[in-house]
Amino acid sequence: MRVLLDNLPSLLEGFGKTLGLSALAALIALVLGTILAACRVSPIPTLRGMGTSYVNVVRNTPLVLLLVLFVFGIPQLGITGDHVFALCVAAIGCYAAAFICEALRSGINSVHPGQAEAARAIGLTFTQNLQLIILPQAFRAVIPPLANVFIALVKNTAIVEAFGVTEAAYQMDSLIRDNPNALIWVFVGAALGYIIIVFAISGVARMFERRLAVAR
Amino acid sequence: MSNVLFDAPGPKARARQRMFTIVGAVVVAVIVVLVVYKLNSAGQFEAKMWDVFLNPNVVRTLVNGLINTIIAAILSIILSLIFGAVFGAMRVSALAPLRWISTIVVELFRAIPLVLLILFVFLAYSQDMQKFFDTIGLTNVFDSAGLSKNLGALASLVVGLTLYNGSVLAEIFRAGINSVPKGQREAAMSIGMRSGQTLRLILAPQAIRTMLPAIVSQAVVALKDTSLGFIIAYEEFVRTGQLIAANPQLRNYIPMAIVLMTVYVAINYSLSKFANYLSTRQRRTTKLAPVNADQIALPGTVETLVDSAAGNPPTAS
Repeated sequence: MRVLLDNLPSLLEGFGKTLGLSALAALIALVLGTILAACRVSPIPTLRGMGTSYVNVVRNTPLVLLLVLFVFGIPQLGITGDHVFALCVAAIGCYAAAFICEALRSGINSVHPGQAEAARAIGLTFTQNLQLIILPQAFRAVIPPLANVFIALVKNTAIVEAFGVTEAAYQMDSLIRDNPNALIWVFVGAALGYIIIVFAISGVARMFERRLAVAR
Repeated sequence: MSNVLFDAPGPKARARQRMFTIVGAVVVAVIVVLVVYKLNSAGQFEAKMWDVFLNPNVVRTLVNGLINTIIAAILSIILSLIFGAVFGAMRVSALAPLRWISTIVVELFRAIPLVLLILFVFLAYSQDMQKFFDTIGLTNVFDSAGLSKNLGALASLVVGLTLYNGSVLAEIFRAGINSVPKGQREAAMSIGMRSGQTLRLILAPQAIRTMLPAIVSQAVVALKDTSLGFIIAYEEFVRTGQLIAANPQLRNYIPMAIVLMTVYVAINYSLSKFANYLSTRQRRTTKLAPVNADQIALPGTVETLVDSAAGNPPTAS
């Protein structure tokens, strides 16, 4: 218990890094995932094919392997300097993008086809259809799966401790190695931090869900 | 769905789409060419980067890594099925304390990062477990088979994966049990079955079919997550590849990653396709909709404490 209290600042600093890493990766994932989802529902076969193959490859690859590719592989393309944090953000962002894309797509699919047909019938184009009719309704259905993706993303950031990024899991690892006797307390402290973050995300998601709920 | 977003195109739209198809193809081609050019100019296509994969020793090491991965995956999938069945049954039990215990356990292990669980088990117990496996001689058996003798790490990995995947499976089981129409439970109860019998003889056999696709998808997740053995130096597939590529004369991380990725995608993609096939078959043959792994409730959904007792359908939105 003492070890945990004494080292609280370093653990909190680790969680600051975890949150920063997650936020940046989530941003990349959202942008890339939205583009991919738009590709996957578009009428243009090449874009559809590209979106589908990206999702299938990335979803079936372990994140650790992507991290190895980014952290060890990309510097060999002649990029010098210490970019481990940025490379980790990029790897996690690219990984989560595939899941964001699938969450958005399942949201689009959950909108009743009659809505899209009606929009077509009054002459809206594909873009207008998506923008004005489908996406506003899909957004509601998308909140729970999207929150799941973000929760998984925050939890996945713990993997980067193996690549020397000093985030929360790294701090826990080194604290335990320094104080083997305080193992349980340090673990409880670190786990509690993650649980708070995860429950905060799912709480916000439920709040949004309630606010946007429409009786039908 | 995507076909109702746009009409069957007329001549003008077809021309426009053809143009965009070509533009899209060009954009994709430019990206591919850029990547290939960049890789080529960094010397990633030189023979010395790739001919290690023809070296029988390297191939044997990689295959052993893959076998280590598969051992960890199979062990953790079997154990998490058992864990999931027990805790899933507890979550739909009529006894409130059992429900509370399993809710707390399941919610906890779903919210803690898997890495933390594995690290904790590894740091706390791996030496004792290694000693145990040494004494019963299992380490020697694995070593002589050319597999990882790092059984402490293997056990930590399997325990961590079991706790996490088992918790997710418990949620899937609960959703599956709750997807069986209410009348089935009521009918079973009214002919005098006890709640254990109802679950075992009536609800579970019907639910298992709706859960099968979700279980297979979860197996893919477990197989992918065995790569977290990387962190505790268990010689699984990614770790093996990384160790080979770390050779200072070689440093072929990119070719190695491409090879490993191909293997992972081949295995997982066929498993996912199998899950899809089970899912469509399920939709065709019975009235029960398949359980969707994406739709199980978010962590921290405390109201599930109440509605699982009432036997309401899961709050899938």
